[in-house]
Amino acid sequence: MSQSIIQIQHLNKTFGTGESAVHALEDINLDIRSGEIFGIIGLSGAGKSTLVRCMNLLERPTSGSVIVDGQDMTKLNTKELNKARKSISMIFQSFNLLMQRNALDNICFPLELMGVGRAKAVKKARELLKLVGLEAREKAYPAQMSGGQKQRVAIARALATDPKVLLCDEATSALDPTTTASILELLKELNQKLGVTVVVITHQMNVIEEICHRVAILDGGVVAEAGRVSDIFANPQSDIGRQFVYPDGAKISQLPVGRVIRVVFNGGSSYEPLIASLAIDCGVKVNILGADTRNIEGKAFGSMLLGLPESPVETAKALQYLQRQSDISVEEVNSHA
Amino acid sequence: MLETLTSFWAEYGDLLITGTRDTLVMTGVSTLFAYLIGLPIGVLLNITQPHGIWPQKWVNRILGWIVNIGRSIPFIILIVMLLEFTKLIVGTKMGVRGAIPPLVISAAPFIARMVETSLAEVDAGVVEAAQSMGATRFQIVWKVYLPEAKPSLILGASISLITILGYTAIAGAIGAGGLGYLAVSYGYQRFTPSVMWATVVFIVVLVQVIQSVFSWLSAKMDKRLR
Repeated sequence: MSQSIIQIQHLNKTFGTGESAVHALEDINLDIRSGEIFGIIGLSGAGKSTLVRCMNLLERPTSGSVIVDGQDMTKLNTKELNKARKSISMIFQSFNLLMQRNALDNICFPLELMGVGRAKAVKKARELLKLVGLEAREKAYPAQMSGGQKQRVAIARALATDPKVLLCDEATSALDPTTTASILELLKELNQKLGVTVVVITHQMNVIEEICHRVAILDGGVVAEAGRVSDIFANPQSDIGRQFVYPDGAKISQLPVGRVIRVVFNGGSSYEPLIASLAIDCGVKVNILGADTRNIEGKAFGSMLLGLPESPVETAKALQYLQRQSDISVEEVNSHA
Repeated sequence: MLETLTSFWAEYGDLLITGTRDTLVMTGVSTLFAYLIGLPIGVLLNITQPHGIWPQKWVNRILGWIVNIGRSIPFIILIVMLLEFTKLIVGTKMGVRGAIPPLVISAAPFIARMVETSLAEVDAGVVEAAQSMGATRFQIVWKVYLPEAKPSLILGASISLITILGYTAIAGAIGAGGLGYLAVSYGYQRFTPSVMWATVVFIVVLVQVIQSVFSWLSAKMDKRLR
């Protein structure tokens, strides 16, 4: 695969000293590759926001190195660091737009900081507004925009300096599920269109599932596990990993059934009686081992862990049936975890 | 009634107009110079805090002390303390000009605190966003803190102006001229309470006008209120 764009080596971050010291991050090693969408997931307090702030040195690591695009960020002086930050942009949970500037001027802001002339900056900002689908709202102030629109402006602003990396710190956590989906779609599109590497920090597994290629699971300041999203979903190794992947953090090895599948609802109609239909249409008796689903405006989100009978024929039938449904994804879970 | 007013105005009108003019000049010029000193100090107080964009423990402490000392000296004592300094700066200890240095010195620390408070209202996330874009400290002050705090700074300016207007009356009482001087010299020393009441009316009107204009300006500029 492609070369790495961010390498984090033996990174430690400690807040405070002596007995009151808090080890926010301990010996973090990560290798984020150019052009990928990399997720970092963890519960609140796991250290994920600190980790992402160590990537652009908003937080200075206590030890270790952060190599972005070949440069060790921890070794740069203030001037070099400010320059390096133009190629590693960031978006935030609370958008952090300038409230006294309209959409267009917010996007011009990073260009102004670089000393780009007004006409050139405005031209670039208009292109970016178009890219994020807000060309009609260039004169709108943040207070006049919805959360989703504000995050679009923030994304456009982050892209103004043609960065190589886009850091997203809980960028969808303040948004409703529909808006979250559209922002994730946009990030995916930008990743493909512009080739920008995206680092996504989140506490929501569906965000990782939706757009990330690889993921690191952070727990108590250490990386519990990391790897391809599909591998981790199929076979989470750590307790925290299972907690994120399975509803209620079920332990598969303790379940008394032959085969286990994980069904993910991505916003299909929640009025369809899926499990009942599975039993009636296919004659397969499924066992709900765990479920964490939500009904939002008549749409189902979340996941369910189903136990299937030992018989390979029946299992195949059930899988086929489920795969035909729209807005549902199914995968088999390794039961020997 | 009307006759009384007309004759009152014929006798004291010029005095009141001159007094108002003097008061406005003292207030305006002092506020301007006080901001030239207080604004940078207020910015420094904010950015040198432990979690500011330029943490400087000692700069912050020393500025804090200076500001606190400046604010704790009663204005009337400050005027006397500064008499020689005033003469050195503006060439006289008296009149409108003589009132300006003590007004500036006494208002600047107050303004510094007001500015510090206004800047503290700026969302730390926005500052962090600017830092993530590689903004220098100067750019953060100039392009984030001051513009984002503008509505609050303008409201602060109205409080500063009105406070300084009040101080001019104190300065007037000990010979600086203006409406305060009229009130004391005619109302108290010459037993003409009507002049004192007239100055009170003038000052009330001035305060109302200043407050209304600045509140309007602040609301008009604030893009959060839409």
